Amino acid sequence: MSVGQTSSKASKSQDASPRQPGVPVSGWEAVIGLEVHCELLTETKLFCGCRNRFGDEPNTSVCPVCLGLPGSLPVLNSRAVELAMRIGTALQCEIRPSVFHRKNYFYPDMPKDYQISQYDEPINVNGRLDLPDGTSVGITRAHLEEDTGKTTHVGESGRISGAEYSLVDYNRAGVPLVEIVSEPDIRSGQQARMYVSELRAVLVASGATDGRMEEGSLRVDANVSVRRSGVQDLGTRCEVKNLNSLRSLAKAVDFEIARQVALIESGGVVAQETRHWNESASKTMPLRSKEEAFDYRYFPEPDLVPIIPGDQWQAEAIAGMGPMPARRRERLVDALGEEAAGAAGFGSGLHDQVVTVVELGLDALVLDAVQLGADPRLTLSRAANEVAANLEGVARLSVDSFERLISLEAKGKLSATQAKAVLSEMLAKGGDPTDIAKARGFEVLASSELAGVVAGVVNSRPKEWSRFVDGDEKIVQFFVGQVMKETRGKADGKAVLAELNRLRDSSKASPD
Amino acid sequence: MTGSGDTSEGTSARPAGGPEVDRARTQATSAIPPFYSAPRLSTAQEISAAVISGEISARQVAEAHLERIAEVDGDVHAFNEVTAREALDAADELDRRVALGENPGPLTGVPIALKDNLCTRKIATTCSSRILAGWRPPYDATVVRRVREAGAVIIGKTNMDEFAMGSSTESSAFGATLNPLDRSRVPGGSSGGSAAAVAAGFAPVALGSDTGGSVRQPAAMCGVVGVKPTYGMVSRFGLIAFASSFDQVGPIARSVKDAAILYEVIAGHDEADSTSLDRIAPSVVSRLDDGSDKIRVGVVSELVSAASPDVASRVHEAAEVLASAGSMVDEISIPMCVYSLSAYYLLAPAEASSNLSRYDGVRYGLRVDAPSVELMNIATRSEGFGAEVKRRIMLGTYALSAGYYEAYYARAQRVRTLILQAFEAAYEHFDVLLAPTSPTTAFAIGSKVDDPLAMYMSDACTIPSNLAGHPAASVPFGTGDDGLPVGVQVLAPALAEPLMFQVAAVVEHGAPHSGATVSSQGTEQASGMKSQVLR
Repeated sequence: MSVGQTSSKASKSQDASPRQPGVPVSGWEAVIGLEVHCELLTETKLFCGCRNRFGDEPNTSVCPVCLGLPGSLPVLNSRAVELAMRIGTALQCEIRPSVFHRKNYFYPDMPKDYQISQYDEPINVNGRLDLPDGTSVGITRAHLEEDTGKTTHVGESGRISGAEYSLVDYNRAGVPLVEIVSEPDIRSGQQARMYVSELRAVLVASGATDGRMEEGSLRVDANVSVRRSGVQDLGTRCEVKNLNSLRSLAKAVDFEIARQVALIESGGVVAQETRHWNESASKTMPLRSKEEAFDYRYFPEPDLVPIIPGDQWQAEAIAGMGPMPARRRERLVDALGEEAAGAAGFGSGLHDQVVTVVELGLDALVLDAVQLGADPRLTLSRAANEVAANLEGVARLSVDSFERLISLEAKGKLSATQAKAVLSEMLAKGGDPTDIAKARGFEVLASSELAGVVAGVVNSRPKEWSRFVDGDEKIVQFFVGQVMKETRGKADGKAVLAELNRLRDSSKASPD
Repeated sequence: MTGSGDTSEGTSARPAGGPEVDRARTQATSAIPPFYSAPRLSTAQEISAAVISGEISARQVAEAHLERIAEVDGDVHAFNEVTAREALDAADELDRRVALGENPGPLTGVPIALKDNLCTRKIATTCSSRILAGWRPPYDATVVRRVREAGAVIIGKTNMDEFAMGSSTESSAFGATLNPLDRSRVPGGSSGGSAAAVAAGFAPVALGSDTGGSVRQPAAMCGVVGVKPTYGMVSRFGLIAFASSFDQVGPIARSVKDAAILYEVIAGHDEADSTSLDRIAPSVVSRLDDGSDKIRVGVVSELVSAASPDVASRVHEAAEVLASAGSMVDEISIPMCVYSLSAYYLLAPAEASSNLSRYDGVRYGLRVDAPSVELMNIATRSEGFGAEVKRRIMLGTYALSAGYYEAYYARAQRVRTLILQAFEAAYEHFDVLLAPTSPTTAFAIGSKVDDPLAMYMSDACTIPSNLAGHPAASVPFGTGDDGLPVGVQVLAPALAEPLMFQVAAVVEHGAPHSGATVSSQGTEQASGMKSQVLR
């Protein structure tokens, strides 16, 4: 096929309206690789002593080195190397001797008009990230590089072309980054989202970053191509930029898959290009074509010497680094016991709770409470819901008091409603669960008393009761609610349910 | 240089320009009168001792040199800017400290000229390029800080080939420097201003930078001593980069001893330069009287063959001097040497093409406005850089481009490794090597500006040391057939500066007193100058 044909077809329909995004297209397979830039949590920048902090007054954290003034030279921040080694360890990479290269291109936010990065000898290679759904994505490399400054284009377009003028803030120039490049193992927007979500958790757990996508601590570019099912050769890929949230990542990838499939099915050809995700229009738009792509003219950075990550340095770098989320989820599932573990498969409510608890760093609290004797499933549930809803209060919650609260509920001394109320107060103000329950007048009704209340409610609602007896399961909640109202929450929900079922069964067994 | 508005109080910037140089070219072709009003004290060593002892004040020394510059530099154009006010302030401060009984350091009161690619705080640093005209660095280069701390008085910023790219100082955007020994000739380059300043008696010592011979070659052509240290021995922080893996700052002086004193001041580890070796400066001054008995000296035949017959003869005579001082002298062939120039002119421009990218008009220096950032970049760089700089940016960009990298840059790197290995092998049999510094004496102004290859050839004997990262010193040794000075080079293995200085001192001692060098005349006349200085 001639170049002319390619470009005319391509240009004609590159932006053809695609089919519904997000729906898997039968007969097609998407191949996605992600590049994630992660800002490292160092005190200072990668090659100078300037403060590395988000949100400073523009151009205040700068010096001759990060401004690239003539005569200035970079000096490597060893802390950044250590955090890169932590990332390498967390992603099960091989950590190797590495060298910096210069990536040359002109851009106003790059003070030297080259970026110091790593090229064919990166510090971390051949890793893997295990996802919660049991799949895993290969990590090609995770290398060190410096960030650029930040340009704000003032004008209608918000982009450099057509801008009235542009403002450059060099505070970010020289901030240390690790770029994590995945293998093209991802197959959907949903999986891309899961990958980044898990990667973010891993990076935060490694102590390398705060993971704040909204502040640009984590930035994602996606390489997307499609091919017909069963075909081995890769299709032409497009790089999609400006993916500022997990949501836009999934949407953009799905859009791009649908766009490429629609394009090919209508007889077009995908052009290799860089595309920009336009959030408000919910579509990707061309940014620059392959012909316009830069020749970066990489060559070894002569101002720096190779990094040799010796065994001892690596050991020091990863000292104190806790287990990664996947391992922590496993521990949590193990603590649930055999039966529950079977019910904690991917997609289950229990699995979601496990993921949430690990993501929020509440797994130690849960495991410690269980260790003290708390019921595992109840502990997990309270942590994933009530505690998760008030993370600031966690500091006021001792493992011991949390365990006693769970045990009060588990033993039926507090109803679920009461337990939630007590926990909420513990998180808000601290305190002992027994004292709080007493002060609030909480006590679970004795079963004899409960039976009387339940019978009273049942007798006062004959119509609803007959529906329940006839098999309307949903209406049982109505009776539970009524009993709770009657007892002002002192009844134990499970006990109420049990009593209601007992009454129903007995009325079925002995029809009038 | 652009308007005078950039000039700070107390300094005098030279106007840019061809006209003045043209006048100099046509008006005067003879040597400037040697040292008639120069300070009595013509070496750094003497000046420092006299200032510390109170025999003379630092201010008197500074004034005498400023006077000499005011009288003569109009005919030489060694300086881009004479920092008279700063020099006098610094001298007064030194005098105050000396009066309190302090000893500021080994360069107390010694005027020093700095190549204009060394960053000086608040003093314009231009690399003799329009693109940096008027730029004032917010910091001192490490070597500048070190010479200040050693008591030196910065007397001015010297002219150079633009961004140190050249061998004659003719590619300066502010006009050529003339050889003070014969103003129809170039002073060599790229540190031509520094070498000329020392030769003309504007300062006893100067700093230059040597990427492919830019300290040694002009030193040879101006009849003074020039030293390129081992790569990594002297900090590059604040030296505006030309080719980072080659650049080294080095001393220029009227004697081997002064060069050694200045070397000790500037050498040694600097944590601001990652390529700086983790070593303290070795003692070299202490070695100057050790002679060269039993030292194995190899005369590099390929480099001698590259020189004109008169220059080659001086090298052989220098070898005889060493032989009669007890050295074991022999010829050595290092065939890899002949590939030096080719490798260098791929690697150095490659690094330069990247190093010079930052001059884009966005942040500092020249900006030529245009409708878009990209067009502004192009307009600024088109106007801001001279022809030789553009030629090397293009060469280097090409050598690094996709599809050519392997054939050019990568292959040149392998040649560089082979040259290093060839020298290391040679040093298994010899302690030092001897070679010409420049293949010829100073050539006529304008004679090579239109022939870049001929110009490049004048670095053929100095480039191998830069490729290998080894130290080398150029010592004046007699004259060529034209009566102009010849420099002989002492090459040494990495970190062997002590031995290099030791042998250089023997060569210097044995050099014929030709009368052609300003330095020898100055020394001879020195005793008669006292009354003028102390008037």
